[in-house]
Amino acid sequence: MRIPKLLLALMLAVLAALFATQASAQGLTVQIVNGVPSAIPITVVPLGQQGSGPASPVDVAQIVSMDLDRCGKFRTLPTSEIVQSPTTGAQIKFATWQQLKQQYIVVGTTSYDGGVLKADYQLWDVAKQQMLLQNTVARQGSDLRRVAHEIADQIYQKIIGVRGAFDTRIAYVTMVGLGDNAQYALVVADSDGYNPQTVVRSHEALLSPTWSPDGTELAYVSFEGGNSAIYIQNIATGARRLVSSRPGINGAPRFSPDGKKLAVSLSFQGNPEIYVMDLATGALTRLTHNLAIDTEPSWTPDGQNIIFTSDRSGKPQLYEIPAGGGSPQRITFQGQYNADVAVDYDGKKLAMVQGNGNVYRIAVMDRSTGGQEIFVSPGNLDDSPSWAPNASMLLYAATEGPRGVLYSVSADGRVRQRLVLSDGDVREPAWGPYRNP
Amino acid sequence: MNATVRVSVVALLCLAAAACAKKQEVKSTPPPEAPTATAPATTEGAFTPADLQSNACLRTRVIYFDFDKSEIQSQFNDIVACHAKYLRDRPMARMTIEGNTDERGTREYNLGLGERRGNALASALEAAGASASQIKVVSYGEERPVCREHNEGCWHQNRRDNIVYTAE
Repeated sequence: MRIPKLLLALMLAVLAALFATQASAQGLTVQIVNGVPSAIPITVVPLGQQGSGPASPVDVAQIVSMDLDRCGKFRTLPTSEIVQSPTTGAQIKFATWQQLKQQYIVVGTTSYDGGVLKADYQLWDVAKQQMLLQNTVARQGSDLRRVAHEIADQIYQKIIGVRGAFDTRIAYVTMVGLGDNAQYALVVADSDGYNPQTVVRSHEALLSPTWSPDGTELAYVSFEGGNSAIYIQNIATGARRLVSSRPGINGAPRFSPDGKKLAVSLSFQGNPEIYVMDLATGALTRLTHNLAIDTEPSWTPDGQNIIFTSDRSGKPQLYEIPAGGGSPQRITFQGQYNADVAVDYDGKKLAMVQGNGNVYRIAVMDRSTGGQEIFVSPGNLDDSPSWAPNASMLLYAATEGPRGVLYSVSADGRVRQRLVLSDGDVREPAWGPYRNP
Repeated sequence: MNATVRVSVVALLCLAAAACAKKQEVKSTPPPEAPTATAPATTEGAFTPADLQSNACLRTRVIYFDFDKSEIQSQFNDIVACHAKYLRDRPMARMTIEGNTDERGTREYNLGLGERRGNALASALEAAGASASQIKVVSYGEERPVCREHNEGCWHQNRRDNIVYTAE
């Protein structure tokens, strides 16, 4: 019974390796899982072509629509129901769009000259027949899709009143193959999973990637040296440095909001404890002192406190401690198992892995409403929550059959989108900060 | 399709050979799951490296744990005893204990749990006379499952310490 299993595993590894050479390395496929009928109806009309140059290589209107759909706050009109194609405000026949019960409409044109994609667009309120926004966005080279993400961000901000987070990046870990043939990669991609770029590859496990606040570096854990070690790597240049390879566990790195410190979990003094490392000097400040597992530190946005996982009460729960040292306070009391906190930008919402029996789901606790909790994922083996920088959405990892997949989910849990690797596991998502222009 | 299959089989053989070659330098082949009849080894002569291959108890290099637990179960006492005796008899021998968990829960917490399991075995070996300088503990958490299904039968196989001799 054991031998056929082993053979099967090897066969799968071989097949995975074969496919890996054919399919684009770490491309993710995107599928919307469900929608919200009450979301704001908006039409993004396919953009017209400006001038006589080549057509745009990317479908800007489609990318804008997909962005708006997956955040859960909008519901775009399917292309098949877009019966007219105005490209300027003057061409909009408002009666048509009122009949289609649309609240907003986006029209515009693109040009593609000398590798530069330029989009001129307008956002109109259908009922008021009033223009809300008019702008031009241009990008070149490998950044063409960013034109659409920026437009989506501007529309989001105009209507919702909060900065959009579509023009951002995500990091995740892929695993192809099994056992001794496993190949891990740390990948950075656009927030919708497009434009994957491998940052580092390894034959040993990679985990816990986390972004520097300026978006230029990733800290992560690698087992490439036979034990866990923490590295910081520049995404653009690939340059990296080893920041901790002490005996025992070197895990769970998280940058402080000012980027000058790294909170980590290290066990070289006996068992996993929370430390803060000064990145300029390498000096360590130890924050916790007990025989429990203390790990997964995460900073509050003001940099004053650190929330971490500890099993000092028996099972893992979340605790909060001043970043300069002090007495930890337990902050989670619902659920048997609470771990791996993700703190949103204003510190009000804590996403965590909550386990009850054999079911592990992503729970969001709202500290501004006395700690009310909602589940935003169905389980059973969901982990690694990560907030978008505007807290409109979360990323998390799930297990479906034999494979790991990622989901993005709206903060209210109502719209989910699956990001699937063509060949293997995808896991450990981390949503990056806002991008600088 | 036929060509693909043939390529797969050839690649499979290569991989299998490579895997075995790699395994020999890093770690020994996985032992059977449960301890077989244990030899009452302690009263006889000193162990030699040959016993690592021939002695049924020494050939057992894995012990298993209950969910979320790191206590050594009494059914593994004989295995602890024979490996401790080997380390006592062979002061130059070195061992790495690899602590592992099942997939439930978070990866970083499971690193801690795997280390706790590794430390539990290290402490038991030291209590039985092995020297702390002979033993190194590495936690892989949930990163090195031997079984990838999502059920208790599989999880049980993954909640384990692997014993790897790095010097015999």
